[in-house]
Formats: sequence, C-alpha cells, structure tokens
Amino acid sequence: MQKREAAWNVKIEVPAKKIIEMYEMMLCIRLAEEKLVELHPEQMMKTPFHLYIGQEAIATGVCAALTKQDVVFSNHRSHGHYLAKGGDLNRFMAEMYCKIDGCSCGKGGSMHLIDTSVGHMGSSSIVSGSIPIAVGAALAFRMQNKKNVSVAFFGDGATDEGVLYESYNFAALKKLPVIFICENNFYAINSKITTRQAVDNLPGRAIAFGVPGEKIDGNDVLKVYQTTEKMVKRAKQGHGPGFIEAVSYRWKAHIGVTEDVGEGIRPEEELTEWKKKCPIKNYEKYLLNEGIMTKQKLMNMNEKIQHLVNKAVEFGRKSPLPDACELLEDVFI
Amino acid sequence: MRKLSAKNAIREAIQQCMESDPSVFVYGEGVDDAHGIFGTSLDLAKVFGNERVFDMPMSENAMTGVGVGAAVMGMHPIMVHQRIDFTLLALDQIANHAAKIRYMWGGHLNVPFVIRAIIGRGWGQGAQHSQSFYSIFTHFPGIKVILPSNPYDAKGLLIQAIRDGNPVVSVEHKLVLFLEGDVPEEMYAIPFGKGRVVREGTDVTIVAFSQMVSEAEKAAQELAGMGIDAEIIDPRTAYPLDEEIIAKSVKKTGKLVVADIDWVFTGMTAEIVAKIAENHFDALKAPVRRVGLPHAVHPSSYALEEVFYPTKTNIIKAVKDIINYKQ
Repeated sequence: MQKREAAWNVKIEVPAKKIIEMYEMMLCIRLAEEKLVELHPEQMMKTPFHLYIGQEAIATGVCAALTKQDVVFSNHRSHGHYLAKGGDLNRFMAEMYCKIDGCSCGKGGSMHLIDTSVGHMGSSSIVSGSIPIAVGAALAFRMQNKKNVSVAFFGDGATDEGVLYESYNFAALKKLPVIFICENNFYAINSKITTRQAVDNLPGRAIAFGVPGEKIDGNDVLKVYQTTEKMVKRAKQGHGPGFIEAVSYRWKAHIGVTEDVGEGIRPEEELTEWKKKCPIKNYEKYLLNEGIMTKQKLMNMNEKIQHLVNKAVEFGRKSPLPDACELLEDVFI
Repeated sequence: MRKLSAKNAIREAIQQCMESDPSVFVYGEGVDDAHGIFGTSLDLAKVFGNERVFDMPMSENAMTGVGVGAAVMGMHPIMVHQRIDFTLLALDQIANHAAKIRYMWGGHLNVPFVIRAIIGRGWGQGAQHSQSFYSIFTHFPGIKVILPSNPYDAKGLLIQAIRDGNPVVSVEHKLVLFLEGDVPEEMYAIPFGKGRVVREGTDVTIVAFSQMVSEAEKAAQELAGMGIDAEIIDPRTAYPLDEEIIAKSVKKTGKLVVADIDWVFTGMTAEIVAKIAENHFDALKAPVRRVGLPHAVHPSSYALEEVFYPTKTNIIKAVKDIINYKQ
C-alpha cells in the first residue's frame, strides 16, 4: 500500500498496481466506445448505443473495489460496467454486431450485456429494473453464507422511480450487502433532473431509509474507489447497504454517437465545461505529476489497448450471425 | 388414501421442498401470520425460522425483483400474494425481467421463481380483491402458468413448479383451496403440459380450468340425467398447454365448450378455441361455446355476483346450445 495525494486532495490508500490498472480500464472503456463511434457510419452494429464516454471513472472506481465473486447488475448504459467488471472485450464487440459469439449470443445487444464468469450479472434497459434484482442477489449471498456484495448501477433517472425506495427499505431492513451506485449525469434522456425533482438531496433520501449515502465527484476515480471500498468493507462485515451519488456527465447524446447540444436538449457550454473535467485526462496529469507513469508508458499502454480493441472488432466481425433455429431457444430452460 | 384439503396439500408441498432443498424459501405479505395465507403456509416459519419464511414490506414490485435476483443466484424463492390483484403492481419485474432474463442475457442465467397468487370471489370483495386474470401471464413468453383444480394436482404441480427452473405463476382459487381429496404423503411432481381427463364421455368436450372443473363435474352429472354424456378435460397448466389431450377429445365428441374463471375476451378460452379451429377444424361438428366472466368489473353486490360468476348452469346452457346442432 502507498499513501498518495490525489489530484483532488483526498488522502487515500490505494495499492500501486490498482492505480495503474484503473487508468488502463478507463482508457479501455474510452477507446472501445470511440471505436463504436468510428464504426457507426458502417451501420453494421444494429443496436442502440448508450455511450458511457465521460463517466468512465465511476464504473472503474467501483469495480476496482470488488472481487470477481462480487456481482454487479447494470442498466441500459452498460458498456462501462461490463468492461470494468472484467467482461470479455471480444464478446463485447461481437454483441455490438449482434453475433452468436456475443456475450448475450446476439440476443441482448448493447443494452443487455452479461458476463457471469466475472460477476457481471446482466443489464436491464428498464430504468430502475435491475435495482431490486441486485438486492435479491445480496439476499442470496446472505442465505448462502457468502461474504460477497452485490452492486446496482443506475442513473439519476432511476431516482424518479418508486422501486428504488422500495429497494432501499428492504435492503436496510435486512442489512443486506448491496451498494447502490447512482451515476448522476443530470439527464434522463433530455429531461433535466431539476425539472423532475423538487429536492436535490439523493444521499438524504437513501439515509432516510437507513442506507448510509454520500455524494462524490464521479470523475475522480480514486475517490470513487475509496468510497466504494469503504462501503464494501462495511457491507461485508454485516453492517448493511450503502449508497453513492457519483456526479458526472455523459458527453454523447442519450442514445447514438453524436454530442447533441442545443435548444431543447442541453446547453453547449455545459458540455464544454464538463469536457474540461475529463476523468481520464485529469487522471493522466495526476499520474505524470506523481511520477507514477511517464509519457512513454502512457503511449505504450494506449497502443496496447488500441490493438486489443481492434482485435475485438475483428473477432466480432468474423463471428457468425445467430442461426434462425436460435430464435426459440432459451425462452425457457 | 389419505384425504387432505388443497390448502394443506400446498403447505405440505412447500414443507417437503424446503426440507429437501435448503435453497427454497417463502415470502409474502402474511406468510408467517396466524392465518398463513388461507393455511397454505401456516406455521412454516415455526418449522424453518424467519430467515426462510418471512413477511415482506408492501413493495410488490421490488420484492418480486428481490425474488428474481435471489433466483438468478441459485436460490428457489416462492413469493405469495393473498390476491392476484396485487401482482399488477409487480408487472415490470414479472414481465420485463423474470420472463425475459434467460433469453435477453443469452441463456446464461435462469430464474427458478414461483409466484403463488390466490384468485376468486369472496364475501363481496369486489373489483380489486376478487380477480382471476391469469391469462395475461400466458401472454409473456418465459412464464409458465399452473392452475390446480384439486388437492392432488395442487401438491404435484407446485412441486414441479419449484423444481422447474423457470418463472412459474401458480394460480390458486380460494374455493379450490378448501376442496378435499386424495393426496399421497410422498413427494411427487406432475409434469407441465399434461392435462387430465376428469370424466370420460362421448357427446361433448368440456375443457375447464381451476374451480370450473368442479362446476363442470356438477354440470356433467346433470347432463347425464338428460342423456348427454360429457367428457371433461382439465389442462392443469395454461402454459404449456396440452393441446393434444383437448384435440383428441374433440375428435371424439365433435363439440367443444371451454369454461374458465377468467374473462372470456382474449382469455384462455379464446386461445383454446382458436387452436382447435386452426389445427383441428374438421373435428368440429358444431359451433364452439365459451363460458367465463362477462366483460365487466368484478361487482360487490351479491345480486350482481350471482350473474357475474359462471357456474354449472352456464355450462349446461352452453352444452344444450350446441348439442343438437345440425349442419
């Protein structure tokens, strides 16, 4: 363990290896999605993209605090959660092509990713849909005497839904090992949170149900990691659930590959300001300033990941489409 | 053989499954109270403790999701609703999640989850406490639906439901719960999609679900007095549906009446007559008849209840309507 001063003046203890791994993961999510943007004009990936660009620090920081046996459930904006939990990159790209070797065998597409081998237990495209499921997984851990945690990723849109508060209540009542991660990017499609909610106090709502909660900078990967780790430790000791509001911003449109700004959508200045807070660029600066990485090392890492992304695209392209006989398979076991 | 009521047969099925498999647990509003869901879970909390038999907050949707989450992690939850009416609060988790998870997540997970829902009239309970809309669940691929009509089936179908590995909605009529009948003490499972010939006959086929099986039996008895020999088929499960047993009977009798405890419009009665018209048109020697709920909301007044709920009288009328049909 090394004590380090983070770019945001937070005293933390993060293993040196993890500091670099988190950079690598954020970069992987960014480069994989930039590749999706690049390939979009080909129109060969016929599945709706909800891109994660801008929010990479959240999934990365959270998943860095988890073990392989801990599980996550995610939402429609699931690429980052899947990759950060260790989901297979090749099968990710194949799913974008809706091919048979995709992580959901071409039946899920961009919004329904899963890799159970690393504890990514699936993504639901119903806002708030996977939250109670994550609570149920935590209940299973309790009943099976397993010391693991379950994580629910959701956006600020889900904080409009009643099922979230039902989930808080039951998780607190049974002191279940579940961490609720709200990625507040301020928008549910184009509806701003201030037009949807009277009170700006998401942690307060969790606390009211008996779920300790914190609001943090979701672009600070070290802070996300540190806060998650604290809550995971607490949950694994049997003290129950936790809530994190990680504030960030999505650079792209709700859906698709454009950066849609303008009247009726969102102000351009807002996006410009948030781009200055890029979680990856700022972390890079920190790594260089602290002497953890050199420019050459960063470049090498970038090239290595780019190569892996390109290979994954090739894997996806070459994979066959599902055969028609697959249509009725897996409705039931 | 030992006689048992269906409610006790259900309780025994749950107890035996919990004894033989530690991953089975039961929850729902009132499962551990002094009434124990019409007796179907009575004292199970005393036997297994409140970790495995527990009451729940009034949060039907989240608590259904909790069942789904526990199920995908290898548990076998049984959720209980005192009225099927309340399942509508959980339709997102039932139809968008439990039903779809296996398919949309590429077959990597399954959802061994039983949702028990009590249906049926009682003491003027009216619009939101008497419904029996089970056919909506058959509409969603990924869900199986069972409807016991007697104590033997109640135990065997529920044991199969717990072992099935898929989401199963068990639709249990209040009046069926109090029926008595032969129930073996040992565990046994009734395979889904296998109907039962309740009564053999040659003149008309009556397909009946749930509590309508008892009404059909009474109707057949009276019809016999009129020289009409009715055959009764109980499909036992609405999905999967035993089309074969129905078709075989209709080929013999040429006449079909379907009696259900649900609304007629777009309900299971419609599905069954459609299947016969589609696949066995030549077997029909008369128009079909359907008996079920009229297109109205469940009333409270007993005067209206009397005309709303179908009985043996409606079945007899339907049979007499078509029995002498000449082309």
